[in-house]
Amino acid sequence: MSDLLPIQDSGLGWLDASGEHSDIVLSTRVRLARNLQGHAFGPKARLNDRTAVLDQVRGVRDRVDLLRSAEIQELVQMEARSRRILLERRLVSRDLMGENGSGPARGTAVVLSPDHPLSVMINEEDHLRLQTLFSGLRLREAWSLLDALDEELGRELAYAYHHEFGFLTSCPTNVGTGLRASVLMHLPALVLTKEIGKVLQGLSQVGLTFRGLYGEGSEVVGNFFQLSNQTTLGKSEEDLVDHLDRIVRQVIQYETHARQVLLRDAASVTEDKIWRAYGLLRYARALSFEELMNLLSGIRLGASLKLLPGLRVYSLNKIMIFTQAAHLEEAAGRSLSVAESDAHRATFVRRILSTEGVVPPDEENADGNASGDPTD
Amino acid sequence: MVCENCGSGNAVIHLTQIVDQEMRTLHLCEECAAEKGLETSSVPQNFPLTDFLAQMGGKGEAEGASGGTGEERETAVGPCSFCGLEFSEFKETGRLGCPHCWSSFELHLRGLLRRVHGGSQHLGKVYLSPDPSVSEREQRLEALRRKLRRAVELEDFEKAADLRDEIRTLEPAAGR
Repeated sequence: MSDLLPIQDSGLGWLDASGEHSDIVLSTRVRLARNLQGHAFGPKARLNDRTAVLDQVRGVRDRVDLLRSAEIQELVQMEARSRRILLERRLVSRDLMGENGSGPARGTAVVLSPDHPLSVMINEEDHLRLQTLFSGLRLREAWSLLDALDEELGRELAYAYHHEFGFLTSCPTNVGTGLRASVLMHLPALVLTKEIGKVLQGLSQVGLTFRGLYGEGSEVVGNFFQLSNQTTLGKSEEDLVDHLDRIVRQVIQYETHARQVLLRDAASVTEDKIWRAYGLLRYARALSFEELMNLLSGIRLGASLKLLPGLRVYSLNKIMIFTQAAHLEEAAGRSLSVAESDAHRATFVRRILSTEGVVPPDEENADGNASGDPTD
Repeated sequence: MVCENCGSGNAVIHLTQIVDQEMRTLHLCEECAAEKGLETSSVPQNFPLTDFLAQMGGKGEAEGASGGTGEERETAVGPCSFCGLEFSEFKETGRLGCPHCWSSFELHLRGLLRRVHGGSQHLGKVYLSPDPSVSEREQRLEALRRKLRRAVELEDFEKAADLRDEIRTLEPAAGR
């Protein structure tokens, strides 16, 4: 377990729900794709390319202020469970893990900073993927921190850059700025009011795209959507980030409006959904991750609408991360079967809901009329 | 005219189709037209890269339909001289093998970038490598001046001051 120490708290800063609109926007992430001159990448990278890139990063780490205390860990040297924990925290990608049975390739590594919400994937599709993860909607702050790391690293390492195409990447969809800014949003009311299709369709017309919780190719679960810029070339980084910020704020308005519509036109149904979700989570003895995510969506909406006043967004964020399979195994200190995992998950959720944020007993809500003013 | 699909939008697209040997004209608003997969603007649509790649360098109908300039017409192109990647491999995987591939396949890639990103000119950060040439330095200065103008326009004076400092550190060396 010793190799877990450096990642213990990595990538968990955003859970504190300190950022703007953190009930609707869980987290803000920005990443930059960078490659080094003189080495093959992606499909053509061989072991000597990967080792050379890793060695160069190791060689300059101490001269880069933002990475001075960072750990550089080769994936092959980590326990499988630790790697899965990194994946569940969205600090590494499935690609970097070599999920198709082969395990991670030698030379692939991850840099984790204990002092800043910064990490770097080494030898994924591109040589370097610099990334940052913030709570709530904090795109400018996130960009500014990542930009600072990029400036520092770029002074020490020779990036592959072309005067017309910008920063060169393995995939042409990333070239130019190499920037992908994404915002993880919880949009249950837009889904319930069936307005979500229009919103998602509109995104493609303004140069944005959406994905599920774990990025490219992942499904949408629990009404969580990741919105990000579609194009990376032809606009400045600031413009890309500001554009996403503007659109996300609009989507927040749509979601807020849809929530008001729900409370106005379907208060009793909405309240029932929320309380049922709470009841199941509070007392269930076994929960699959998918069921949990769907119920969590309900109580997150409830907390946001002050229908479950004791619940804090922080607790809900924590449930989301620590009930994933590898996190449960880490807490149990052993591998878990699916059935065991479901039981451990339910226990964890019950413990959080019974100790963090007390929801008033049911009697207080039972005497009122179910479709009454939801704010009382 | 009102959109026949949603009944609320302004119909600006008029689509004539032959369905079951019967000619029908649909009047659609921009949104509904896009929903049906009709391209209504020059803004890049949410198509997967593979669609572009399939068209790329293709002969005949795909090229004509997408308004290709002919610049990226199928021409014999050798493998990348640095990493050996064949252009056909790129078309299969959508991934390039090294920075040099961008020069090896420059013409084809420029056409692709126009379709994917709507252009091929980078307008973001201008990079100065650790051991920059004079022209790199000048490019960097020009980009910084562009950013300074923008910061002043936006009244972001803190940023403007930072940019001015950065320009000053580069200018004397560039002037000599």
